[in-house]
Amino acid sequence: MQQSQQAASQQQSQLNFRNYDTGGFFDELIDEHGKPRPGAQILLQRIEELPDGELLLRQEMAERALLRMGITFAVYGSSDGVEKIFPFDILPRIVAANEWATIEAGLKQRIRALNLFIDDIYHDQQIVKDEVLPRAILDSATSFRKQCIGLKPPRDIWCHITGTDLVRDNSGQVFVLEDNLRCPSGVSYVLQNRFIMKRSFPWLFEASHVMPVVDYPSRLLSLLQHLAPDGGPTPTVAVMTPGVYNSAYYEHSFLAQQMGVELVEGRDLVIRDGYVCMRTTSGFQRVDVLYRRIDDDFIDPQEFRDDSMLGVRGLMEAYRAGRVALANAPGTGVADDKVIYAYVEKMIKYYLNEKAILPNVPTYVCYDEEDRKYVLAHLDELVVKAANESGGYGMLIGPHATDEERKKFADLIQKDPRNYIAQPTLSLSRIPTMIDGTFEGRHVDLRPYILYGDDIFVLPGGLTRVALRKGSLVVNSSQGGGSKDTWVIAGPSGDQTAVAAAEADESAATAPDDRSQVSTSPESLK
Amino acid sequence: MLSRVADAIYWMSRYVERAENLARFADVTLNMMLDLPSGTPEQWRPLISATGDDDKFFERYGEPTRDNVIQFLTFDREYSNSILSCLHAARENARSVREAIGSEMWEHLNQFYMSVRNAATDPDALESPNDFFQHVKMSSHLFTGITITTMSQGEGWHFARLGRLLERADKTSRILDVKYFTLLPSLQDVGSPMDDLQWSSVLRSVSGFEMYRKRHHGITPKRVVGFLVLDRKFPRAIIHCIDHANQSLHAISGSPEGTFWNPAEKRLGLLRSELAYAEIDEILSSGLHEFLDSFQSRLNSVGEAIFQTYIAMRPEVDKNDDDAAMGVRLWPTHR
Repeated sequence: MQQSQQAASQQQSQLNFRNYDTGGFFDELIDEHGKPRPGAQILLQRIEELPDGELLLRQEMAERALLRMGITFAVYGSSDGVEKIFPFDILPRIVAANEWATIEAGLKQRIRALNLFIDDIYHDQQIVKDEVLPRAILDSATSFRKQCIGLKPPRDIWCHITGTDLVRDNSGQVFVLEDNLRCPSGVSYVLQNRFIMKRSFPWLFEASHVMPVVDYPSRLLSLLQHLAPDGGPTPTVAVMTPGVYNSAYYEHSFLAQQMGVELVEGRDLVIRDGYVCMRTTSGFQRVDVLYRRIDDDFIDPQEFRDDSMLGVRGLMEAYRAGRVALANAPGTGVADDKVIYAYVEKMIKYYLNEKAILPNVPTYVCYDEEDRKYVLAHLDELVVKAANESGGYGMLIGPHATDEERKKFADLIQKDPRNYIAQPTLSLSRIPTMIDGTFEGRHVDLRPYILYGDDIFVLPGGLTRVALRKGSLVVNSSQGGGSKDTWVIAGPSGDQTAVAAAEADESAATAPDDRSQVSTSPESLK
Repeated sequence: MLSRVADAIYWMSRYVERAENLARFADVTLNMMLDLPSGTPEQWRPLISATGDDDKFFERYGEPTRDNVIQFLTFDREYSNSILSCLHAARENARSVREAIGSEMWEHLNQFYMSVRNAATDPDALESPNDFFQHVKMSSHLFTGITITTMSQGEGWHFARLGRLLERADKTSRILDVKYFTLLPSLQDVGSPMDDLQWSSVLRSVSGFEMYRKRHHGITPKRVVGFLVLDRKFPRAIIHCIDHANQSLHAISGSPEGTFWNPAEKRLGLLRSELAYAEIDEILSSGLHEFLDSFQSRLNSVGEAIFQTYIAMRPEVDKNDDDAAMGVRLWPTHR
């Protein structure tokens, strides 16, 4: 504590934005003339007005709170399942109201099209018959689940929960980088980051008109309850986790806690008389809806991988018979295939007859001969990705790679062209980040969360992931990334009353005693 | 409540109580050493006996010196019942049910564990061992306090109390057994200052010295044993623990006390009745060691019955289905 205060007083003089260098990148808070971007004026001004050392002190308090609360993730391959805190930077990212309106509209459009696509390929495959998507690509998609052919999820919605990755390039254009339709994680960090920011800077919140994110758990719960098979008065919802050693376990537990529902593992569940039941101290209890955070491959050893210890034997049979609902529906992973991603703009045109509001990052499909030639000739400029990897694994960042690494990928691409795509290396936007007591620019992306129930809801905010290593473009938590709170500034219209109302609700929604009531009293769900 | 969750809460609570009792044993022994006449050999051996894990100790450490014993009981990661290992297990159990317990309980236990883990790698941590053991005791009290004042007193709460009290009853019986055993042979010391010192250390190890004084004044072995086994009002006395554990067990199933709906209730109810009608003279004349030994094994059988009744339940359809049964048998809880 004393040490840190000393450090703070030595460095406080640098904690302003006068000497901040945008380095020729698009900066999320400061424009090319060194002026705050729309929506960021108040934030930057108030930060500079803080007394000496105050910001560093708040940063440390925030980190201590995260560790104490055990808001951590497990790193695979590290010894004895050690957890780390997901590094958190106290300076938020700001998204202005009009820009958010575009992002929101673009995401809604995209999810609608993707959902139609998934429904189509598990039924008529009209998009293939009409030759918009080559048959060979669909046939070779390893994430296509033949077990899902002909499935009819409730109201034809497959992807209930999505977390789409967005990036911005030097021109300021926002692109969709990945869709993440399986089990996107990170929303718990959005909520906890906000909780910590509100505690650290209550006065800033009042002045800035930040859109609330606190209602996410209750929206998620009503979405899940709506999926229940017989629409009984109080369906039993549970979050299904692979268990305490999963890297996102904290989030599974947090969401279950916030929704006031059970957190179950595969070993807690059995199929009895065709229904899914939990083993409880008072016997077997039926489960109507599972928000499963386990990949398709592992949910049912009878139909998918038979060595899975995480799933429930017979789950798919119960699902097909309409005796349990699953969110997301099995099979959605096919749209996460990075080759299929390349066709999403065409899907939007095909299914909705609209032009994509949020463009894809330009993508070369190595399966296509011309594209492949181009990719192999330009490996030093491109980012190459394997079709079915995530979390920053299985990729090559051409400009930062060695000759040897590039050669390895050239071989991989030639051996299995279907499995690779390439994209230009975007110079991702940056944002001021506290590094050793001063502000330095670091690259960021943004993952907003989308719920598809009665209507499509985009949570105003999202997880801003920041590559903390200097110059790094990889923001994944498993690869040295951190996070920031994301402030969507309310528009000039009636939004602000909504903000006030939701913020007033917050203390009630997060009080621990409320947990049990959320699940049992339907009135609290509105 | 999910069976797995009930199991984890029960063990979380047991392990915190176990860690606290270890700290009590070690702390009191350290204090007693200071009062021994110089030249008296230090009495660390009985502490190892109290754990019932003599083999594990002698295999790896050899001599029961002060440093060896304290290291073994406090920071030994290999030994599954050291303070550090207990808290690790308590925390892992809590982590697997953190949505079922409150965040204050979780945060405190998380901090408690981290403080002991940090102490384990700090060469100066045992510079003043009393402070360290006091910290463990107080952190355990705080955990119990948070549980009582923040957790809804439903099933989970009763499983937590059940775990805590069964563990405490077991530990009180062990400290009594070991002390009685080691104190018994020195007949010439009966009534001497030495005898007084040893028996007060037994009382102090369960924070019972002052409460005992209020009730009985003079220290005699018979009264101390009577106090620790049969005093209903003293919260670390065996009968008090069993009484309240019994209440929790009935609260879980909803059955009236004095009846039973399952083997766990039957076994614990029988044990409680015997204690309720026991007298200290009978216990001593038929052998305290035999009494405590049988008490401990019956307590274990209560634990086993709780597991069979509430945790290990299988669906009837599984009986003829090996595969399905396989899927249900996995309970790698930290216990």
